[in-house]
Amino acid sequence: MNDMSTLDKTVTNTTKISAKNVNVYYGESHAIKDVNVEIEDKTVTAFIGPSGCGKSTFLRCLNRMNDTIDVCRVSGEILLDGEDIYDKRVDPVQLRAKVGMVFQKPNPFPKSIYDNVAYGPRIHGLARNKAELDEIVEKSLRRGAIWDEVKDRLHAPGTGLSGGQQQRLCIARAVATEPEVLLMDEPCSALDPIATAQVEELIDELRASYSVVIVTHSMQQAARVSQKTAFFHLGNLVEFGNTGQIFTNPEDPRTESYITGRIG
Amino acid sequence: MTDISQTPSNMGGAAEQSKSGSLLTQNARTRKRNAAEMRFRGYGIAAIVVGLIMLVVLVTTIVGRGTGAFQQTFVTLEVELLESKLDKKGNRDLEDIKKVTTFGYAPIIKAAVQSKIEGLGIETSLKPKDMAGLLSKDAAAQLRAYVLENPDQIGQTVEFRFLAQSRVDGYLKGRVSRESIENDKNISGAQLDLVDALVAAGVVEKTFNIDFIIGADASDQRPEAAGIGVSMMGSLFMMLVVLALALPIGVAASIYLEEFAPKNWLTDIIEVNISNLAAVPSIVFGILGLAVFINYMHLPMSAPLVGGLVLTLMTLPTIIISTRAALKAVPPSIRDAALGVGASKMQAVFHHVLPLAAPGILTGTIIGLAQALGETAPLLLIGMVGFIASNAPETIADGLLAPNSAMPAQIYEWAKRADPAFYERAWGGIIILLVFLVTMNTVAVILRRRFERRW
Repeated sequence: MNDMSTLDKTVTNTTKISAKNVNVYYGESHAIKDVNVEIEDKTVTAFIGPSGCGKSTFLRCLNRMNDTIDVCRVSGEILLDGEDIYDKRVDPVQLRAKVGMVFQKPNPFPKSIYDNVAYGPRIHGLARNKAELDEIVEKSLRRGAIWDEVKDRLHAPGTGLSGGQQQRLCIARAVATEPEVLLMDEPCSALDPIATAQVEELIDELRASYSVVIVTHSMQQAARVSQKTAFFHLGNLVEFGNTGQIFTNPEDPRTESYITGRIG
Repeated sequence: MTDISQTPSNMGGAAEQSKSGSLLTQNARTRKRNAAEMRFRGYGIAAIVVGLIMLVVLVTTIVGRGTGAFQQTFVTLEVELLESKLDKKGNRDLEDIKKVTTFGYAPIIKAAVQSKIEGLGIETSLKPKDMAGLLSKDAAAQLRAYVLENPDQIGQTVEFRFLAQSRVDGYLKGRVSRESIENDKNISGAQLDLVDALVAAGVVEKTFNIDFIIGADASDQRPEAAGIGVSMMGSLFMMLVVLALALPIGVAASIYLEEFAPKNWLTDIIEVNISNLAAVPSIVFGILGLAVFINYMHLPMSAPLVGGLVLTLMTLPTIIISTRAALKAVPPSIRDAALGVGASKMQAVFHHVLPLAAPGILTGTIIGLAQALGETAPLLLIGMVGFIASNAPETIADGLLAPNSAMPAQIYEWAKRADPAFYERAWGGIIILLVFLVTMNTVAVILRRRFERRW
């Protein structure tokens, strides 16, 4: 994965999430303005843009985490596999099992590593017995690329791990519920470069099974891990396209200014 | 920045070179600021010293005046339980024995005192009635209770430890002196002489009195027999009512308000009112309890159930406020994490937030209970003061519904009675109450320390 390889990234996958004319309001303020975007399956899509541009807000719309904020209002359509996730009949709990999320700050539960990963499968009834649950936990921790580090201390508290390990544990926890889409909100911003490299490598592996959406402040990171990039500015989706093209030959002057460091 | 390397000897030169002066001397402004800081520290230390002195005065006063209540003067006598007086028919029928009132026992006690004094060879000009006057008025009742329990002992001679009357007790504790009894009808100088002789003979002695801790209150005439135990049971049953009602209601209300309720003007009003409720004087809750629970709902007067209900009203705001604070202290990232893996809101709260908030909730509850335990004012209005429960409740229903008092109300009751012996018991009661409060608060502190911040 070097920066040069992004040039020849081309993507030909089916659409997983399709957002149409999405507007988000926080009380009076208009946070997301008329965003249209198609997120593809088995692809890493990166959202970049300066602070406060609405990229995290938009990400949290994709699994309705914004529902927990009273003043937040969403209009427009977000289709997951053709179904509107803001339909009245949709239960956000079921949606979130399908669309997992990893947060900016590693936030393991103050429980054992095992219980952290097993929590999702338990509440969704994914395992019929202890053996199956053990299997899910091991598989998820392997997917989270942390199995080898924690296999001897599964019952130690998850909060005792290092920052990078905690974040990979959170990713393992998110994949344990067998989601189809994985949302990551600046997953590496609290990590050191080595841990960041490990998580990025992991994201690339996860692409094989999931559609991954990552919000990042680091343009190098977006270039390294993503195939598609969306640039947000002041609540608008300025440009969306193949990562290689966005970073080498952006169409919009604002994108170019941001990438070259003139705004942001 | 050359003056860092300057030696103190050419400091003057350095000060001239540098615009801000040497670092090695304080300028006027710094001196002023440092002086202000020193003054403030002085005020702070003075405030703490004043506080500590007050605490020391308080504790020494309480301990100094109250410890006497834990000791009591007893008189040891051999009593001959005469069949001719106690069971005239001689058939040991309990119904017949019950017909003999405490007055019937008085001559037996009189005889026992007289024979004891004669047996010891103590010379006294007192009449047998005055000799027996050294004993508590409780003695006959104590004897009668024993006979009713052991009718087969009639006709035998049994050794008893009778309470001495409160003036004798006061004399041994230094509260009563020969000067102070000049106008006292309850005791005479000759009786004190007899006490001196009996103390020397080992018949009268001061020992630890468990009955003060476990016994019931006694009438005005018998301060030496009064104990705080039954009102302790009253307090216990009230606390059970408070715990059973205030904890679930308070926690449920806080969880709803903190985690589920929409933030709008209605919840704002509720929030403000809960905070205000915490500041309402407790006597207001008392009159509310009187009006609603007793006059309207016709619950029994003086019952710990009613006391518990009133104290629940008083404790609820404390528990709600501390529970909400504990819930707020759980970082939102934990809720996000739970919601992010597809937990419902309720699962997020009950699986993750509540366990983390539990120590805070528990601490708040214990402190609320401690407050309620020491509360007297509302009990005045629902009649839990001034009632003398003669024995401990036997069933749980009795404990809740039978009239009783509570520890602080009992203390208030003692403090307002005329006999100085009761005053001493009021201080003793305060020691017991404080032991409970300090224990509860210590448990709260330990819980908070142990489970604080696990994330």
